[in-house]
Amino acid sequence: MSITIRNLSSVYNPGTPFEVRALDNINLSIGEGEFVGLIGPTGSGKSTLVQHFNGLIRPSQGEVVVDGRSLTDKATDLREVRQRVGLVFQYPEHQLFEETVFADVAFGPKNQGVPEAELKERVNEALTLVGLDPSAICDRSPFELSGGQMRRVAIAGILAMRPKVLVLDEPTAGLDPQGRDELLDQLQQLHSRAGMTVILVSHSMEDIARVATRLVVLHRGQIVADGSPRQVFTQAKMLMDVGLGVPQVTELMLALREKGYPVPEVALTVEEACAIILGLHRGGEGQ
Amino acid sequence: MSAIIRMEGVSFSYNSDDPQQTQALQGVSLSIEPGEFVAIVGRNGSGKSTLAKHINAILTPTSGEVWVDGISTKDTDSVFAIRQIAGMVFQNPDNQIVATIVEEDVAFGPENLGIPSDEIRRRIDEALSLVRMSDYALHPPHLLSGGQKQRVAIAGVLAMHPKILILDESTAMLDPLGRQEVMETALRLNRERGMTVVLITHHMDEAVRAERVIVLDRGRVVLDGSTREVFSQVDLLRQLGLDVPQVTSLAQLLREQGLNLQPDVLTVGEMVEQLCQLL
Amino acid sequence: MSILKNVTIGQYYPGDSVVHRLDPRTKLVLSFAFIIVLFLVNGFLPYLWLAALVMVVAQIARVPLKIMLRGLSPLKFIIALTFLLHLFTTRGGTVLWQLGFLRIESNGLAQGAFLAFRLILLVVATSLLTLTTSPIALTDGLERILSPGARFGLPAHELAMMMTIALRFIPTLIEEADKIMRAQLARGADFESGGLIKRAKSLLPLLVPLFVSAFRRADELAMAMEARAYRGGKHRTRLKVLKYTAKDFWAYFLAALAFGIAYFLGRWV
Repeated sequence: MSITIRNLSSVYNPGTPFEVRALDNINLSIGEGEFVGLIGPTGSGKSTLVQHFNGLIRPSQGEVVVDGRSLTDKATDLREVRQRVGLVFQYPEHQLFEETVFADVAFGPKNQGVPEAELKERVNEALTLVGLDPSAICDRSPFELSGGQMRRVAIAGILAMRPKVLVLDEPTAGLDPQGRDELLDQLQQLHSRAGMTVILVSHSMEDIARVATRLVVLHRGQIVADGSPRQVFTQAKMLMDVGLGVPQVTELMLALREKGYPVPEVALTVEEACAIILGLHRGGEGQ
Repeated sequence: MSAIIRMEGVSFSYNSDDPQQTQALQGVSLSIEPGEFVAIVGRNGSGKSTLAKHINAILTPTSGEVWVDGISTKDTDSVFAIRQIAGMVFQNPDNQIVATIVEEDVAFGPENLGIPSDEIRRRIDEALSLVRMSDYALHPPHLLSGGQKQRVAIAGVLAMHPKILILDESTAMLDPLGRQEVMETALRLNRERGMTVVLITHHMDEAVRAERVIVLDRGRVVLDGSTREVFSQVDLLRQLGLDVPQVTSLAQLLREQGLNLQPDVLTVGEMVEQLCQLL
Repeated sequence: MSILKNVTIGQYYPGDSVVHRLDPRTKLVLSFAFIIVLFLVNGFLPYLWLAALVMVVAQIARVPLKIMLRGLSPLKFIIALTFLLHLFTTRGGTVLWQLGFLRIESNGLAQGAFLAFRLILLVVATSLLTLTTSPIALTDGLERILSPGARFGLPAHELAMMMTIALRFIPTLIEEADKIMRAQLARGADFESGGLIKRAKSLLPLLVPLFVSAFRRADELAMAMEARAYRGGKHRTRLKVLKYTAKDFWAYFLAALAFGIAYFLGRWV
């Protein structure tokens, strides 16, 4: 299950004074089992790009191929594609509408035509994946849950469709540090245990550095960097120029390197930074 | 008594009929001096927003008392005086802008205060220039970015000539650029105008820029001190479900490994400086 | 970024003409008077005079004819229906055309054309009002005109505030509806196929979140307004104070003259 994008451009309101080129000749290929962090400043085209992954937006030019099938091909069943590529929008709790959590999570699979008998299994599985207890929560109204719980129920609503690729647009926005950490852990488990391909749009470089195996940077509708987080975060200056940043510890490593210390590689986490500094310290003593 | 905000034994519960309901605030006492920049942090449900809403009499305590600039919020005749003194900017930028044109929105507060129209005009110009939004005076707000909308909201508060600016999670829904815009604006107002700022946030990188941090947990004040004092308590903050800046937690790890670092490192610059002396 | 973000609400056609700069109260009162005159006078001649009047005002306001007529397109069926209904049902005069039980008589043709003419003038005149007056000015004007009614319990300020807030939130809610629709499409929702009942039901996943959100917004907005010391229309001042100037008096005078001529043409010519 892969997503391949060739020469994709997207233009809003073509031919009017409001014409906006949201995406400009994007080429991108995402393979099975990757955990891609998609970053870019507001207005860089991230949200537009992710909506091309499941055919919610049709390309103005170019082509999107999901699992070997082109989304521009009229014969391709977009509803089936949307089931394979699950898209979690920003503030997904705002889409909840059913009377019970069960009914809401079951909405997606029901639309897919999953038989009644199997729905319960799907819902239970999805709720468990996001760390909720199905027996305790299924019969409650989604509107009486806490904000963090609502967010997870909404994500479960996508997972219940058993997508192969999970795309999340700013899933941690508005969560407190604890809620954010729990959600990131669950995403990491979906990736490592369930083998799901995950594409995470985020503004937080710290979050991305922790979970992603690959980073794609968008700026003004174009891909300006694509590589491992370590490679991409080394280009701190470019990231700052486009209005992004790097994690604090990465910035620290780059600053030390600038001062002439032999920093072997840039750190992405506090633990890595600790090991590197201890190494430098020992090295310093040895001389 | 010179405190501009004083709370004594403030408790509050949203549903006072239900004794089972845990209290959102439990015996909070604190005082804030004029010109301070105070961050109030805590995880969701810790009561930080409830606390903020007590400062401008949107909520009044179930027990205890709050004084703003010497006026008790219990005094129902002074509610509007208090709201003029303590201006509040909320979380969702879309849900606090009333008018369809930026300057009309900034005028909303002064209009409610019954200020003559030429004075309103002056205040709008002044407030918009303070938040650097003068060029957008005639724009419709729905076409602005999140950070710009929040700056308009701040201008709307400033036009009422308050002494206190309360930012109630005003950066929570913004992107990094928008958050930076709002933070810079608040810091500038504090430094240049001596405005008392109360910043409610769960972004620790914002709290780090305050001069004092108050940590709430389950409706109680658990830490209250200078920013450095508070952030050096890495383990306690973690237990409370909060972050510390990456460099602060790195300093803690390195100290555990026997490196001689200060525990209250807050910025990358400080960390580099300290490491240069060690390595 | 939403496609709907650039849709302008209302049909205000910005400009700096005398018509644009007239006090909104003047325009509201005169538009209302125009409608009354339209119903008071009968006959093609006064209507031609009134149509010429509208054209002259549009010319002064520099609003293109094409934009003026755009306001008619949603009503074209009603106008056509009015015409046809009277064409075939009004009796009198000479028979012009007959096929089976369908018969057109000359009075029917006259009556149909006349009523369609009246409707067109009605729509064009009111759209001239909204084209040359910004929604804010319109609301302000309405509030001021209705404010004497406050003494008799007419909630003039509240009505105006409601209009302002509605105008402010329409773009936000359109954008939100667009977003929720996409989110539900991503969950395999189907908004298009099926019969009427199925389709109505399929709108629930869109409407329920939209209502929930609108209520949440209303709640938060109410709190934000309260925090900014809002307490209704009492003691409230305004940034822009409406003031009649010489051009408003001229407008009233010229309009009275024009309406008088229309009345005269209908009565004695």
